[in-house]
Amino acid sequence: MKRKSRIIARLDIKNNHVIKGIHLEGLRKVGDPNELARKYYNEGADEIILMDAVAAYYDRNNLSEIVKQACSDIFIPITVGGGIRKIQDIQTALNSGADKVAINTQAVHNSNFIREASQIFGSQCIVGSIEAKKVSDNNWEVYIDNGREPTGINVKEWAIELENLGVGEIMITSIDNEGTKKGFDLELNKIISESISVPIISSGGAGNISHISDLIIASNIDAVAIASILHYNIEELSTIKKKLNEYQDIHVRL
Amino acid sequence: MKIVIVDYDIGNVRSIYSAFKNQGIEPILSNDSEVILNADGIVLPGVGAYSHAMKNLKKYNLINILKNYAKTEKPILGICLGMQLLLEESEEFGITEGLGLIKGRVVKMPIANTFQTKLPNINWSALKPNFLKWDKTILNNISLNSEMYFIHSYVAKLDNENEVLSVTDFHNVTFCSALKKGNIYGCQFHPEKSSQIGLKIIKNFIKICR
Repeated sequence: MKRKSRIIARLDIKNNHVIKGIHLEGLRKVGDPNELARKYYNEGADEIILMDAVAAYYDRNNLSEIVKQACSDIFIPITVGGGIRKIQDIQTALNSGADKVAINTQAVHNSNFIREASQIFGSQCIVGSIEAKKVSDNNWEVYIDNGREPTGINVKEWAIELENLGVGEIMITSIDNEGTKKGFDLELNKIISESISVPIISSGGAGNISHISDLIIASNIDAVAIASILHYNIEELSTIKKKLNEYQDIHVRL
Repeated sequence: MKIVIVDYDIGNVRSIYSAFKNQGIEPILSNDSEVILNADGIVLPGVGAYSHAMKNLKKYNLINILKNYAKTEKPILGICLGMQLLLEESEEFGITEGLGLIKGRVVKMPIANTFQTKLPNINWSALKPNFLKWDKTILNNISLNSEMYFIHSYVAKLDNENEVLSVTDFHNVTFCSALKKGNIYGCQFHPEKSSQIGLKIIKNFIKICR
């Protein structure tokens, strides 16, 4: 049976610019969020993720206007993340047109927040976001505040806990591979995707098409979030999807 | 033409609004009985929990209004949870009574939930025909195997197979992905989130409302 995967364009945003760093650091401006979101939509993205890259740090999320604009001309699901701390923040994101919110830091600070949020808004709109950094063989640590703060929490255990708390999806970002364009952390993705029974979005490392196909074939992930490969015009999204579909074992929407 | 999106504080109505606007119609967001009853077509949105949605419909006194509207045989489009609400009941967190416009019930996706069969079903999946012809329905001119965006854990089980407009596969389960009874339509997927092909379904619905 073919492995199905959604291909998601991820836009990390700082001060109204799409930015890209390496290991979530050293941020560089790469374009306008709404222009890029529209471009990737037109090229066939299955979803768009908009992440406020500095929100957790400064305790705010101000993507509302960008989300409102995106939602008026982009007709695919939109996930908003970064700095979601209160129930009201989720309401604001949804009212702006987001379909889902991604929560990392606040989930670690107060796991009950996830339980409450999924009860109020439904699991389907709560994405548990995990930033993972490898510490030793088969052992990854959860980081918060956009990859700045270690927590001492084991990634696999946290993924299972997030599922129990009621998230409808988990997005896992490998800090080690993020922005490096050297491929995904296949081990991490394999272990996590076989530990939980909610869909998993994998993020961090795509630099060419075979990185993406390797990931889809090697693990049970459900979606791939890509950034650098698109922002730096390494490949067009439509080309990526077309080439992925040429693999016998992979199916993506064309 | 007046298309009303039923506004009962549930779900992402902005996207549905934008999708209609993209197709040249400015819909009205309302929970007012007169506005709803005078509409040429209504959209019932919904995400989240079934019981919460029914509670809100009750809070705005919309249950009988929607039932009365259905009697006029003017078009209705239920989207996602909005489609499920059209049925008689749901087993999500205990039994909750629905609008009962369509015979049948809403049940958990009949599959063991494991890492190989992850729920919610969050996928772009193909629509396949059942008994009903798609001509002149919301699926008019939608090519076979067009993929739509789904996000759900529960499915509608209709009593009358001939009200199933399309079916969709999830692993070894085949479920009702769109329904039609007269002018009552429902889709389990989100047409407003299914790119160009979804917009075509919105356009088809507008045509039906004319």
